[in-house]
Amino acid sequence: MATDVATTTLGIDHRKLGMWTFLGSEFLFFGAFVSAYLLYLDTTAGGPGVEIFDIPFTSISSFVLLMSSLTMVLAHHAHTKGDLRRMRLWILATAGQGAVFLGGQVFEFNVFFREGLELSTSPFATSFYILTGFHGLHVFVGILLLGSLYVLSLTGKIKANQDVKTEMIGLYWHFVDIIWVVIFTVVYLIPEIAVLD
Amino acid sequence: MSSTQTPEQQADQGHDNHPTPRQYVNIALVLAVLTALEVSTYFFEFGAIAIPLLVVLMVVKFLYVAGWFMHLKFDSPIYSRLMYTGLAFALVLYAVMAVVTLFDHAPMI
Amino acid sequence: MSSTTEQTGYAGRPRQRDGFVGWITTTDHKKIGVMYFITVLVFFALGGIESGFIRWQLAQAEQNVLTEEIYNQFFTMHGITMVFLVVMPLSAAFFNYLIPLMIGARDVAFPRLNAFSYWVYLFGGIFLYSSFALGGAPNGSWVGYAPLSTDAVSNMAFYAVGLNILGVSSLAAAVNFIVTILNMRAPGMTFMRMPVFVWMALVTNFLLLFALPIIAVALFMLNVDAVFGGQFFEPATGGDPILYQHLFWLFGHPEVYIMILPAMGIISEILPVNSRKPLFGYAAVVFAGAAIGFIGFGVWAHHMFTSAIGPVARSAFALSTMFIAVPTGIKIFNWVFTMWGGKLRFNTPMLFSIGFVSMFTIGGLSGVTHAIVPHNAQQHDTYYVVAHFHYVLFGGALFGLIAGIYFWFPKVTGKMMDEKLGKWHFWTWLAGFNLTFGPMHMSGLLGQPRRTAVLPGELGSTVELYNLLSSLGFVVLFGSALVFLYNLIDSTRNGEASGDDPWDARTLEWITPSPTPFENFHVVPTITHRDEFWHRKYAEDEAGRAIPVPAGAAEDPDAGAEHDEHIHMPDPSYWPLVQTLGFFPFGYGLVYGNFLLIGLGLAWLVIGMYGWIIEPVAEGDDDEPDDAEQVAPTATAGAH
Repeated sequence: MATDVATTTLGIDHRKLGMWTFLGSEFLFFGAFVSAYLLYLDTTAGGPGVEIFDIPFTSISSFVLLMSSLTMVLAHHAHTKGDLRRMRLWILATAGQGAVFLGGQVFEFNVFFREGLELSTSPFATSFYILTGFHGLHVFVGILLLGSLYVLSLTGKIKANQDVKTEMIGLYWHFVDIIWVVIFTVVYLIPEIAVLD
Repeated sequence: MSSTQTPEQQADQGHDNHPTPRQYVNIALVLAVLTALEVSTYFFEFGAIAIPLLVVLMVVKFLYVAGWFMHLKFDSPIYSRLMYTGLAFALVLYAVMAVVTLFDHAPMI
Repeated sequence: MSSTTEQTGYAGRPRQRDGFVGWITTTDHKKIGVMYFITVLVFFALGGIESGFIRWQLAQAEQNVLTEEIYNQFFTMHGITMVFLVVMPLSAAFFNYLIPLMIGARDVAFPRLNAFSYWVYLFGGIFLYSSFALGGAPNGSWVGYAPLSTDAVSNMAFYAVGLNILGVSSLAAAVNFIVTILNMRAPGMTFMRMPVFVWMALVTNFLLLFALPIIAVALFMLNVDAVFGGQFFEPATGGDPILYQHLFWLFGHPEVYIMILPAMGIISEILPVNSRKPLFGYAAVVFAGAAIGFIGFGVWAHHMFTSAIGPVARSAFALSTMFIAVPTGIKIFNWVFTMWGGKLRFNTPMLFSIGFVSMFTIGGLSGVTHAIVPHNAQQHDTYYVVAHFHYVLFGGALFGLIAGIYFWFPKVTGKMMDEKLGKWHFWTWLAGFNLTFGPMHMSGLLGQPRRTAVLPGELGSTVELYNLLSSLGFVVLFGSALVFLYNLIDSTRNGEASGDDPWDARTLEWITPSPTPFENFHVVPTITHRDEFWHRKYAEDEAGRAIPVPAGAAEDPDAGAEHDEHIHMPDPSYWPLVQTLGFFPFGYGLVYGNFLLIGLGLAWLVIGMYGWIIEPVAEGDDDEPDDAEQVAPTATAGAH
């Protein structure tokens, strides 16, 4: 619509409000998976447990995802300045980092799988794979969105003054990132340290 | 319908106090340092403070990304309310659920 | 103003607003509301037929009308249908039709997303019912407790996937309505001037927003366990079935309020109009509604008093459960005091509203007895529980929603429903309802277990008598429903013309002509009062009595308002329908563990999304037009 934000009750854009409303509910999605995981930390049914994690490797991919938030916000910044060329560059960088993270996850899953941690090995295995896989699905959707943004800005469908679109996708991307901030600490680091002690 | 808007609304749209790229990079540097500190708990012995420290670092990183990259610090407060309401619901409900499951092994009535 | 329908010719978007294509491509909240309503009638008939077989089977002890397997499928599908395919979408029908009208908007915030919600609901329902043809419907009851539900024998994969599809619909609708209510109110419509129905809609949609993700996760875990070899709830490897119960009821209890709050909002509109008084204690009703929503998240474990949760949790949840009766009680007193001293008109909507208050009070009281843990242990899984929740969901939610149907029928069609048939419907409905569910209190306390295919003869002739009465009650209800259906169809065709404001109503939706014109409001009204429409019609004399304002004498508050030269309404679109068809391959893929189908479904959904993004949107562009293309300020209906 001709979203003249001045005509809305709160003076804000519908789509941005809708995105934030949705993100508010997303916490309850991830919260349920995280609580199931924490509940089943020790329920390994004789299979591998948290000691299987490769913290240095996961640290690197976590760092890549964290830095993709920087490039994302720079893309949005470029768009607010009407600089579509630079915006596309940063979008590409963000999607690339997301792809690296996703590749890391696929690699990690493969290694764990070969070390005997299958989906049906134990409640621990199921909850780990489903939690991180669900997050990976979010990253994948984010990459699709970034790709669409890139292509649509090339075709002229997204114009220089429509930075709210980049902002929305950015919000989603940052959200996926902060969820990983939590997962990295709660799912990987703390259990691993607790086991080492 | 522009004649019906309130002055606050007009003030609200005019805001363009978003940070500069320089500030974004600085925030990212802070985040990088915090992440390095997090990872170092794996390589070095932090003893009893390791887990509290990790939780604090996680919260700080969370707030930085939400506040700066997601512009919550600079935007309409309703966005913060929506997000933190969801977060609070998730934390409280699942915490209570976890506590209740701890009573699993209590004697049955 | 009159140009609204002409300016819609854009390549790639359907132009037609009427006929079959007009319906399936509509993005108009009123049409979508009507589509929800008609679909609900179909599912209500299916759920009713299932319950009829249940009552037939239980009319006498030791009967074998149905095999046990079919019986289990029928009671499971009856529960799922009535909760997820009837009461929730019927509330959504009212949200759709009424929220924009009541807040002075021309549509919802995201019209295409609104159409998407409807189609997902329809296809989710069809998907669930397709299980009858594909090896049997789910038979593990509507709560789907693991580990029975993870076993293939229970067919519960259809339940897990089907309800998740319906959840997508409700979540999208929740975001849509929340944004609409927060951000599309007419000028002057502050929160405390909103009709109570809109308030209850807001609370309900926040409940949906925060409760649906929990059930989505629980069902997804169930899906993974049942189809893909997951171990979430598998006791053999250490999985905890109690976790499923927690997650289910974390959603399940708010769900109870999701079903009842819209009906409470409806009767909070009908009682004042037909008592010719403002609602007693508006603020108290609103805050009690919000409090119910909030506390509703803190009582879930009272459904699990007989599961392994320990005495401390039982005591805590017993207390919180008793506490939630307080805001509910506040509301009941407010409704009673609204009627107190009013000039009551006992028309059909009013009768159903009073029926709601009284039946819901009975259901609420039997609910409080569940809060007492030892009592609960006695009643658990007996027909006493069945009686309780039918009193709140049938006697409560459904009575309120039916009151709403009679009340707003003239708004939608411009015709009145027949009063005489309406009263017949009400009295037979009330009698049939009490005859069906009243005796269940007794048979439950005498020990009749629920979800049991055969009524055991050893329970004795008293229980058998109660069951026979229940089954007779069903016959009465069935006849009553036929009266209602006839009234509905006949009044649509031959009903008496209602005029714009048949009830002398109070709220904004009656300010526009009935049936509602396409653009809802010719001029968006400026709001200066709660019950705006009433205040435009009546002034007060010195004694505080309402006196009608002579037509034309009052200053028209909108007279000075800028006339919207050029109302821009959302365009129709094929994409919500086309995209949601992708849920079929996706859903069947998840049920059968077929990754090819899952991939096909996902690809379909993504491609549909692209169609949605790429299709042209009105006025040269979707959002902020380039400055060069800037058109004159337009009144807008919503984002596309």
